[in-house]
This record gives sequence, C-alpha cells and structure tokens, in this order.
Amino acid sequence: MIASLDERIRTLLRRVPAPGMGVENSSRHTNLGDRAFRGATFLFTFMIVVLSGIMVYQMIDGSTLSLREFGLGFVTSQIWDPVQEKFGALPFVYGTVVSSLVALILAIPLSLGVAVFLAELAPRWLERILSFMVELLAAIPSIVYGLWGMFVMVPWIRETIEPPLSEHLGFLPIFEGAPYGFGMLAAGLILTVMIVPIIASISRDALKSVPRAQREAAYALGATRWETITLVVKYARSGIFGATLLGLGRALGETMAVTMVIGNRPIISASLFDPGYTMASVLANEFTEATTELYLHALIEIALLLFTITIIVNMLARLLMWTMSRTISQGGRA
Amino acid sequence: MSRWYYYKRKAVNGLMLSLSGVAAAVVLVPLLLIFFHTISHGIAIISVDFLTQMPKPVGESGGGMANAIVGTLILIGLGSVVGVPIGVLAGVYLAEFGENRFAHVVRFLTDVLSGVPSIVVGVVAYTIVVLPMKQFSALAGGFALGILMIPTITRTTEEMMRLVPHSFREAGLALGIPQWKTTLRIVLRTALKGIATGIVLSIARIAGETAPLLFTALGNRFWSTDILHPIASLTVFIYDYARAPFEEWNNQAWAAALVLISIITILSLLFRFFSRSRYEGQHS
Repeated sequence: MIASLDERIRTLLRRVPAPGMGVENSSRHTNLGDRAFRGATFLFTFMIVVLSGIMVYQMIDGSTLSLREFGLGFVTSQIWDPVQEKFGALPFVYGTVVSSLVALILAIPLSLGVAVFLAELAPRWLERILSFMVELLAAIPSIVYGLWGMFVMVPWIRETIEPPLSEHLGFLPIFEGAPYGFGMLAAGLILTVMIVPIIASISRDALKSVPRAQREAAYALGATRWETITLVVKYARSGIFGATLLGLGRALGETMAVTMVIGNRPIISASLFDPGYTMASVLANEFTEATTELYLHALIEIALLLFTITIIVNMLARLLMWTMSRTISQGGRA
Repeated sequence: MSRWYYYKRKAVNGLMLSLSGVAAAVVLVPLLLIFFHTISHGIAIISVDFLTQMPKPVGESGGGMANAIVGTLILIGLGSVVGVPIGVLAGVYLAEFGENRFAHVVRFLTDVLSGVPSIVVGVVAYTIVVLPMKQFSALAGGFALGILMIPTITRTTEEMMRLVPHSFREAGLALGIPQWKTTLRIVLRTALKGIATGIVLSIARIAGETAPLLFTALGNRFWSTDILHPIASLTVFIYDYARAPFEEWNNQAWAAALVLISIITILSLLFRFFSRSRYEGQHS
C-alpha cells in the first residue's frame, strides 16, 4: 500500500513538470541523474550474478580432465592414489556425510531444547544473556574450535568417552576398535558444538514468530505448558526443519575444525572410532600439493561436488523457511 | 484412571521443561571451556614481544607474530575493497529498486552464496587469481574474503535501508530533490550506522577465516606487505603452529587464538551495541 503510493508519487514526479522555471531542462536532468544512479547500483548488483556464474564456470572448467577421465566412477571409487593418478572420492563423500549426520543426530535434540528454553521458558533477562552467548558461540572462528578440539576434546574423547563406549557397546559395529581419539566421533562432536548455535538461534526465531493465539488456544483447552510447546513446535516445524538444514549445510562445508580432529585417512570404516577424511579436509590438506594437472582437476571436482551438495541443502532450507513465513502471514490474515 | 492421566501429564511437563533447561546449560559448557582454555594457555605467552616481534626459526625460543597481525589487517583491507562496494550498492539497489524479478534472483543468489563453504570460495579464488598469476598472493586471499563478505553486507544494507520510513523519501521528493540525491543524502545517511554495523559484522566473520586462505594467501614466515606475494595471517599461523611438533609453538597457537578471539569479541560487542540502539529506536 505504502510502496505503491510511493511508486505513484515517483511516476508523478517524473511525468508532471513542475510549474515555472526551466521545466524541460530540470526534468531531463533529474531523469539522467536518476538513471545513472540506478544504472550504477544495478551494475554492482549484477556483479553478484556474474560472480556466481564465474564460480560455477571456474569449477567445471577446472575439473574437465577429471570429469572426462573418471566420469561417474569418481563418486563410486574408493581408491585415492595420487601416485598412480587414480582418483575416487567415495571415502571423502562418506566422511563428510557421516560426520555431518553424527553431528545432526546430536545437535537436533540439543538445539530444540535450547530454542524452546529461549523462546518459551526463560525470563527476558536470562534469554538476553543466553542468546548473546549462543551468538558468541557462533562467532568463534572454526580454527579456534579446531585448536580446542585437537588439544582438549580429542584427549578427553580418547580417555573418557571411547573406553566405556567400547566396553559396554563394543558389540555395535559403530563402537568397534581401539580408542584413538582422532576420528569420526571427534569430528561429529566438534561439528555438534559448532552447529547447535545456528540451529538453536534460527529455531528460536521460528518459535517466536508463532502467533500468540495458538498458545492461548492450547492453554484455553487445558493443555500443560509442555503440551502447548509441542503444538507451537509443530506449528513452526518447517522453520525448524529449515534451520536444521542450514546447520547441516554448515557441517558439510566445515573445514578447519574437522581437518584438525578427524585423523585424515581416506578409508571407509563403520566404526566411529576410526579416522576418516572429508571433502573439505582433503582440499585443505592436498590442494597445494597437487603436482599433476589431473590431481588438481580431481581436487577441483571434489570442490564442485561439495559446492553442489551444500547448494542443494541450502536451497531446501531457504524454501522451507519461506514456506514458514508464508504460513504465518496467511494465518495472521485469516 | 483420569487422575493417573493427570499426574502423568504433569510429570511429563516437568521433565521436558527441565530437560530444555538442561540443554541450554549443556550448550554453554563448550563455550566456557573454549574461553577458559584459550585464556589460560594464551595469557602466559602474550606479551609486548609476542605482539611486536617476528616468528623465530625452529629451535629458538620466543618470537612473536607481528607479521601475522599485519597480514590479517591487510587481508581484511583487500577483502573490504572487493566486498564493501558490491555489498553496499547491491543492498541499495535491492532496497530502492528491488521489486522486480532480477532483484528476487539476486536475493536468492546472495542467500545461496552465504551457504557456500569458504573452502570452495578459496578454490575458486585459486583458479581465478593464483593460476593465471602463477603466484600465491595476498591479493588472491583478499579476493576470496571479499566474496565471503558480500552476502552479509548486501543483506544488512537492504534491511537497514528498508527500516528508513517512507515519509523520509516522500519528504525528499516533495522538496523537488532528485531521487538519487534523496537516496544518497537522506535514506543512505539515515541508515549509515546500521550499514556500518553490517560491515563490522562481516569483518568479524572473515577475520576468523582460515580455509579460503590456505591456498591463496598461503602464509609467510617473514615480513611482507606486498600484496602480490604470499602473506601471513593470524588464522593460518594458528593452524601451522597447532600442528607443529613443538610444545612452545602449540602454546603460541593458543596465544594467537586468544588475540583473534579478543578481536572478534570486541567487534561483535560493537555490533551488538550499535544494532541494539538502532532496533530499539525503531520499535519504540
């Protein structure tokens, strides 16, 4: 309404010449300045489109050799042997997916708990402090997480977490083998710490945007606080799911912290105690060592693969959050 | 029967609410531990020498990271040269002319861009800058960081411009001021504090980036301010020193992490301070 009024005023100003002096001239001059300004801002905006295009082009162009040489076999082969020039990305895809899934399984209940506490339970002063701390957690650079993970978390996992797990649950293939510290479990845990703030703070916003009437209706029907919260969570589910996918996107692309704790060995093992390797880590470790062109192209293809996966996850996340805001605005209108 | 049901509901209610509180407490544990360990390991190392001297060769004790601090500042500067103009002007376009399909595409792209892993941006910067120049350089690192700044700046600029009431624009136009002048001198000026806040936030983000620098700016153990050559940075310094097999270097990595965290905390406190006064002014 207001926007259209503004638009109308603008068109009026453009069309109707002001009465009096130098009408023709000044209106043309105004038009020129406006057009130049609009053109300049458009140009810079267009650069975002160009940059995105260049990014995709560069990665496809930079991996042609490997795309042609290995084709689809690139993602199904387990062999990564730079000396023989045999490149298969399966161990890295596996490591990326598994470490992110471990993180997701641990992070979802935790972040939901935090989000519910912040949005529904905590008094305002506590919510403010906690929200700030959660945001601070999101602002810590991943290299610092990696440093902490390497020197504090990994020894703790090796001495306190893995021995009892293998003693009591060692019959499960995922807890088999010697407690080594560095490995998939460490990567999953550090990723959990890193994505909980993201999922929690966006879910909190989703919960807070649920119309008050929903809660009042539940209370009026005699629901307990918890039952009301489950309804509110259900109402905000697409937003929460979107937040989870955003967290997943972050976990998939996370490089430094994972590289420093996962052990960096390109093997596929069912046990979470064993070391692994992720797509991002192999880029971080081997990119400057790529001696042959095919090696470099194989690495860039991994970047392309990682890019594609994270883009799909992020697009889904945006779609879900958009759905959420639409339901709410419609609910508000109805 | 119904009494039991009632008790059960009450018990579940109490249990779940306390679990939620427990989750909030658990999540803070790593934060406190990270701060505790970084400060306790780092504080003993940090001194004037550490901040102002160059790294010593392997085997000699002492030494600092002056080149890394300067390198990070240079990289942030180069990143801003790429990221700030594109981000701010794109944000202005989206806020003032952004009701067309093109603008929706750009909004979508910036959202997508913000989700691209930073290591992938590093790979792209490598193929665009490092390969043609046949040289790792600060320029390539700054380019990668600049791309990473764009989404944050674009979004905050657009949001801040939209917060400026329409009556401001109408008042400008009613006085016969051309639209571009109204936008620049009135709307942009009103939103300036918020936009600056967005820039500070994005700087806080890129100051902690490591992955996109590994094969662009590379790192450098010597003093260098030449943007066409490899340059040191705090984050790559931490990475190298953390993996080194010397305990003293590991401790220096903690100290560098403390410096980095202090910088970022100060920046985000600034952000919080500015953005709070801004939003509350709007709402009241």
